[in-house]
Amino acid sequence: MEELGKTILKLIPVIGDQLADISVLVFVIGAAPPLIFILLYALVTLYTEMKVSAHIQDRVAYMYTGYHGILQPVADILKLIQKEDTVPDSADKTLFRLAPYLVFIGTYAGFAVIPFSSAYMGSNINLGVFYLIAASSIVVIGLLMSGWASNNKWSLLGAMRSAAQLVSYEVPTALAVLVAVMITGSLNLNEVSKFQDGGIQNWILFGGPMPITQKLLLLPFTFITFLILFLAGMAEVNRTPFDLPEAESELVQGFNTEYSGMKFAIFYLAEYANMFLVSAVATSLFLGGWSSPFGSFMSGPVWGVFWFVMKGMFFVFVQIWMRWTLPRLRVDQLMYTSWKVMTPFLFVCIFAVGLILVL
Amino acid sequence: MIESRVLPTDYVTEPGRFRTSTGKTLKTDEMIINMGPQHPSTHGVLRLEIVVDGEIVVDVIPHIGYLHRCFEKHAEHMTNYQQVIPYADRMDYLASMNNDWGYALAVEKLLKLEVPPRVEYIRVIMAELQRIASHLIALGTFGIDMGAFTPFLWCFRDRERILDLFEMTCGARLLYNYIWVGGVSHDLPARFVEKAKDFCKYFKPNIVELNNLLTYNEIFIKRTANVGVLPKDVAINYACSGPMLRGSGVNWDLRRDDPYSMYNKFEWDVQVGKGEMGQVGDVWDRYIVKVREMEQSVRIIEQALAAIPEGNVQQAIPKRIRPDHGEVYVRTESPRGELGFYIVSDGSTSPSRVKARSPAFVNLSVVPEIAHGCMIADLVAIVGSTDIVLGEVDR
Repeated sequence: MEELGKTILKLIPVIGDQLADISVLVFVIGAAPPLIFILLYALVTLYTEMKVSAHIQDRVAYMYTGYHGILQPVADILKLIQKEDTVPDSADKTLFRLAPYLVFIGTYAGFAVIPFSSAYMGSNINLGVFYLIAASSIVVIGLLMSGWASNNKWSLLGAMRSAAQLVSYEVPTALAVLVAVMITGSLNLNEVSKFQDGGIQNWILFGGPMPITQKLLLLPFTFITFLILFLAGMAEVNRTPFDLPEAESELVQGFNTEYSGMKFAIFYLAEYANMFLVSAVATSLFLGGWSSPFGSFMSGPVWGVFWFVMKGMFFVFVQIWMRWTLPRLRVDQLMYTSWKVMTPFLFVCIFAVGLILVL
Repeated sequence: MIESRVLPTDYVTEPGRFRTSTGKTLKTDEMIINMGPQHPSTHGVLRLEIVVDGEIVVDVIPHIGYLHRCFEKHAEHMTNYQQVIPYADRMDYLASMNNDWGYALAVEKLLKLEVPPRVEYIRVIMAELQRIASHLIALGTFGIDMGAFTPFLWCFRDRERILDLFEMTCGARLLYNYIWVGGVSHDLPARFVEKAKDFCKYFKPNIVELNNLLTYNEIFIKRTANVGVLPKDVAINYACSGPMLRGSGVNWDLRRDDPYSMYNKFEWDVQVGKGEMGQVGDVWDRYIVKVREMEQSVRIIEQALAAIPEGNVQQAIPKRIRPDHGEVYVRTESPRGELGFYIVSDGSTSPSRVKARSPAFVNLSVVPEIAHGCMIADLVAIVGSTDIVLGEVDR
């Protein structure tokens, strides 16, 4: 992050060199690319979600703002900015105002260790994915705060649900991450991606770049682990079928019932960013991250960004697809899925993968 | 109000999973929440006062009356028996044809009037189309209650075709004022029969599609099977009717057991819940009964369309109807169940008393009975499966 900030500043003639010594500025500039990416990506995903859901439901969605309504997300955001930012009288005003930002910060912090290409990664720390799991837990506090501060019983129920859900699903997520980490021997997502470089056959989803017998033995376990990681990730994002915290038909809107205007938009921005984050982690760990699926063909730092975003967006699409197809689980079924299905399966996977790697 | 009520205590011990490791039950403070009148899944303006212990519903008290429009009083103050029909339209606004028909049948019974055969056929076709439209909304909104949004819009897409048929017949899409005492307001337009046949052909594969998307979805089955079980005896004791009663395994349909109009001339089957996915009388059974009734309705419509005779569509009756002194109770099978009209005539041009026995009201009354100890999400499922229309509950 620091190097990138310095490089960008040095591109500015005359004063750039002097500014490059001011470390705060360097970090701000270095941290900007993920934020810019999130904002642009949110617009694209907003549009994609509307269009995909519309076509699933036999509708056409918006068609008038620009060609096939392409400008509608911009118009939506403008509308939300213009809206009055109400805070309920009986709400805890400080917490109420703080909560959406905390939720967003939790998600945004996770982007720091996501390798968009072999050349760019916000912060090259060797804790990598471990840091990501820890940082994204801040989201729980934000959601609990929003639910509590709203002073609304439905919001409180939603917040409690989300806290229970996020904490439970962190266990399978962490265990699933562990499987990939065991195979690669590194927590750094960039290292994990590099490990899988060299084509689709080297992806950990298909057993990683191992000798063929070991690969075939690993394959079923890595495949199951990937599925569980993706589903657990979906649960952390609060998307259908795991959208209980904001279950519209049960809890009105859950924790964000009382939010409007830009605060509401920030909740949604965080949700969309989180969707990509989950896909990005799954991609980096199991699908080669920025590496090209065709070996050295179309590979390199710039193509890396392309492949990474494409793979990520594919899983974002899958999430949208599932959201508009499936009904919602019940609270106890959700907990059951986490503790009695995913976690035991992952223990088996971890054990088996460890055994295969040692042999 | 809460103190005076004895709260059931078995809900903590019943599921077993809410015990601590030492065997003590987890007892926390109860919270009273208002579900409605403005809530996405109370299907209108039903207000449920629920006492919850975390996620578990301890008690439910339905509060109704937010949509009360004095139907019965209005009916007494009309200057003509025919003028009540637009009000009957507005009772169950998702099944206006059935309401009109129920009222018209009651007045015709008072008058001892026979309607021409073409009228009977038209009424059967309209009522069955309306039943499909009503069930489609019930199933679609139930899907939303379960968190699946897509089936809702698929159902609305199909319902749109039915509304188009109604629109070409009588100009209205929701409140038709079509079935009158002594006949119907207009004859069927040209090409109606053809278009209705097209609809039947179009609609049958769509039921299969809906089943694939929602009915046999694993999550959906998990959410609905063994939830909100309404046993046979309770259903009968609470006088439930319609899909609610048949979902509990009671083989009872007024179209067959107390036949009116032409229903005994058609070939169709009464659908009952069999407990395929769980216990008999659970939410899934009530759901599947509605799906299968739509198939049966299509069968009836196809037979009626094939056999519809030519003829008059309005029996000659005086402009001002003056039935003899007397009273009459006529019950029909509306999409929601037994819709009864009790009319007292004092020999004047307007009814002296009209009482509607609304199935949605009766079906709603059983909700507190079966919702004890369920979860909030289950309560939503139960309310959704009773398929209430608040316009009819409150009248």
